[in-house]
Amino acid sequence: MLSVLIFLPVAGALWVALLPPDRDETTRRVGVGTSLATLLAAVAVFYAFDVSSGAFQLLERREWLPSFGIAYSVGVDGISLLLVGLTVVIFPLALVASWRSITQRVKAFTVAVLGLETAVLGTLLSLDLILFYVFWEAVLIPMAFLIGLWGSENRRYAAIKFFLYTMSASVLMLIAIIALHVIAIGQLGVRTFDLDRLATLALPAGTQVVLFAAFALAFAVKVPVWPLHTWLPDAHTEAPTAGSVILAAILLKLGTYGFVRFGPMLFPQALVASAPVLAALAIIGILYGAAVSWAQTDLKRLIAFSSVSHLGFVMLGLAALNEQGLQGSLIQMINHGISTGALFLIVGLLYDRTHTRAIADYGGVAACMPRLAAVFTIVMLSSAALPGTNGFVGEFLILLGAYRTSPWWAALGAGGVILSAVYLLWAYQQVMQGPLRAKTPERLVELTRRELLVFVPLVALIFAIGLYPRPLLSVSEAAVAATLARLQRPAATAPGSLAPRAVTPEVPPR
Amino acid sequence: MTSPEASLTLIAPELLVVATALVVLMADLWLAPGRRDVLIGAALVGLFSAGAAVALVPPGVAFAGLYVRDGLTRAAQGLALAVTALGVLIAPEYLRRAHLERGEYYMLVLTAGVGAMLMAASRDLLMLFLALETLSIPLYVLAATGRGSVRAQEAGMKYFLLGAFASAFFLYGVALLYGATGTTRLPDIGRALIQTPVSTGTAAGVGLLTIGLAFKAALVPFHTWAPDVYDGAPMPTAAFLSVIAKVGAFAALLRVFPLTLSALAVQWSLMLGVLAALTMIIGNLAALAQSSYKRLLAYSSIAHTGYAMVGVATGTPEAVSAVMSYLVVYAAMTLGAFAVAVALERSGEEADRIEDYAGLAVRAPLLAAASAAFMVSLAGLPPTGGFMVKLAIFTAAIASGGPLGLALAIIGVATSVVSVYYYLRVPYLMYAGEPSAAVRLHASPLLNLAVLVAAVVVLHTGILPAAVTAFAQQVGVLVGRP
Repeated sequence: MLSVLIFLPVAGALWVALLPPDRDETTRRVGVGTSLATLLAAVAVFYAFDVSSGAFQLLERREWLPSFGIAYSVGVDGISLLLVGLTVVIFPLALVASWRSITQRVKAFTVAVLGLETAVLGTLLSLDLILFYVFWEAVLIPMAFLIGLWGSENRRYAAIKFFLYTMSASVLMLIAIIALHVIAIGQLGVRTFDLDRLATLALPAGTQVVLFAAFALAFAVKVPVWPLHTWLPDAHTEAPTAGSVILAAILLKLGTYGFVRFGPMLFPQALVASAPVLAALAIIGILYGAAVSWAQTDLKRLIAFSSVSHLGFVMLGLAALNEQGLQGSLIQMINHGISTGALFLIVGLLYDRTHTRAIADYGGVAACMPRLAAVFTIVMLSSAALPGTNGFVGEFLILLGAYRTSPWWAALGAGGVILSAVYLLWAYQQVMQGPLRAKTPERLVELTRRELLVFVPLVALIFAIGLYPRPLLSVSEAAVAATLARLQRPAATAPGSLAPRAVTPEVPPR
Repeated sequence: MTSPEASLTLIAPELLVVATALVVLMADLWLAPGRRDVLIGAALVGLFSAGAAVALVPPGVAFAGLYVRDGLTRAAQGLALAVTALGVLIAPEYLRRAHLERGEYYMLVLTAGVGAMLMAASRDLLMLFLALETLSIPLYVLAATGRGSVRAQEAGMKYFLLGAFASAFFLYGVALLYGATGTTRLPDIGRALIQTPVSTGTAAGVGLLTIGLAFKAALVPFHTWAPDVYDGAPMPTAAFLSVIAKVGAFAALLRVFPLTLSALAVQWSLMLGVLAALTMIIGNLAALAQSSYKRLLAYSSIAHTGYAMVGVATGTPEAVSAVMSYLVVYAAMTLGAFAVAVALERSGEEADRIEDYAGLAVRAPLLAAASAAFMVSLAGLPPTGGFMVKLAIFTAAIASGGPLGLALAIIGVATSVVSVYYYLRVPYLMYAGEPSAAVRLHASPLLNLAVLVAAVVVLHTGILPAAVTAFAQQVGVLVGRP
């Protein structure tokens, strides 16, 4: 069932690849249709999922390369299910939003987006570390091509920077994965990359810290955690609208997901020990991102830096290492996906009309585009965490969780809430209100039906989560409890040796 | 000791290829021009029957211990035959265009293939030397086949002169080892070196031997010939020699170090590890600056030698198997990348600028997709074979336990990141660029077949790697068995 979900987009991509080259309209329909079918598959997974259990469910396991202990092993728990839900909602919207703005190489574009969806779903659902790494790296290629082929002026630079930055950080994770594998050969006597098996290893504290650092570097670049964020503004600014939306809404979450998934399972002591460091970096990120956003003159860069700030909140909730913090983090990942995705869509719509991203070139847009103004208002307030919107629920839980761990963290984090209201309201005022400054105001035509349609589900989710977050929270409740329980495991005292031992390739029982 | 008949049975694959080479050479004298396709058919039939013989002939030792047929022989010979077949497939289209169509070309390709096959089977240093020369001399000639081109002549001459030096080094190493141990049989040398402490003579002997093989495999710092030779040699020749020479050289390196001298691993692993590290670093950094497709692939092939060398330096059974898998995937992706280049032509010349590949996706979507797969695989990214075999090499290196393995693995992944930059430029241009009117596409069925085979190997190994690892396993089990 999960395999169907993961590989459905790539099957659609193959179909698209086999279409004749000049059928752009058909290509778009197949693309959106495939992503909607994937959404349905995710709904089916949701119904088959038992929320009362914190364990991995709907497991599928096949030997892939038995002599190395690599398996194709997938499963879902409440944490990954939430992000899967976000993914399958955002992808069709990104494709619909590109209907008119992508006119060159439509086929390749659709193939890249669908391939990316498979890679993202695979990353979220893998329970074998090599399988995870394969999908994790596979995300980079279509994303770099989305930026590099359909981006704006500086696209090549941004694509290369994105690729090299994120890949350099993740190759050390590969080394750490192999090191875990080698330690498992010594301790368990089997060749395995299975997450559950590797989680039973007794790792001494020193080894944990080194290996966790390698994993954390890969994830921190993806999040991005300050000071590793410098690739993000360039990538976001140069990417096409669909690319920015997917990058902000989904790809950044893969980093935070990595922390939640692998930190507590593989390196509990190292995670606890490094929590203050993570929290400090998160708080710097919150405040720095907010302050820098305020200083931007480019609308897309402003939103890009606001992501640094918002993802700082997610990291802060994570570093709190308690139920409220972690739940808040998860909700905030979803929220950020919805509201920042929507913000990038709005900028994309404005850019399609005026071909400028400079804030100074706008003003008074609300008069020409009242529907857009309404949508922008709602999304902006959600991003600024107004009570009643989804943003409030997430940031409130995070600050609550942070307060329980250290009141100072909460106090500093709360400063970010205020700053985010400042820069968002400022941006809104500059763009939507005041005198009309656009050079070609006649181009500022109201949203079409299709454009408006894209925002309907997003706005609905903003209020649904804001007013009644209970169903969402209950999905991940059991998984969060199970994750936190793993932090109680004592550290090993025996050295986790890398020394070789005679070993027969063996298939671990599940 | 085996009887002469039994010895002849053991070398049946080599005999078949030699016979094919002679048939091709003679038949060419009587064939009317334009009927040379028959030669290609004959060469392929010969190679296939030799492949069947490799699969069927049982293992054994022949010719008073000079020759051995075991897992390494079988795996490396199977690969050498496949490489030779691809080398034959990619040539005719180009030779026709360049007016170089001659039966000798195929004869030389087949002979070089026999050389590589014999290198894998040598159980004696003198035999290894003869095999090395059987491999090298046809390659010198092949590099110079572009008779009208000064660059091809320069390439052939340069390759020959430096290659002759390397052979001399090798031979001197053999002489020193003979002086120290009184034998040229590899197993006897292995035993003698365990019993007596390592002297300056044996150390120098092993060192010189390594230099000779490192030259053939283009390991840094013995690599400087490679870019110039690739650059000047005709495209199909460059493709063939960049792969077949490495198959032979690595078969010999595996035979000498992990298989024969495994007990002395402490003494040589650091030396080979340093070579591997230098090769990975310099090969990848130099490739960054290239604007010629051929020179890019030349440095890329140097860099990949470094990755394979990590496995030789590690020397454990799984590392040795990983080297064999690496060679299989390396052969497929490199021949594939060259085959794409053979299909292109810019104003009557080879299309050797990277810009010549711009817009290929519009003109030949399938060729461009295959080429993208080769580049992604060369860069070592999933879901291609390039990732899987690098994973196997680095896992083996880390599992060997020492700091050397860990350091090599870290250098390996770091340089792989560097390589992404120059490899992905090619597919980027193919998809983003505008096709140039000066560049023309010549795809023949044979060439397309070669690209298809290479692409299938690269993707199959990436998605379902079990077949290639099982094929390579027969080499690893030989480690530590005299």
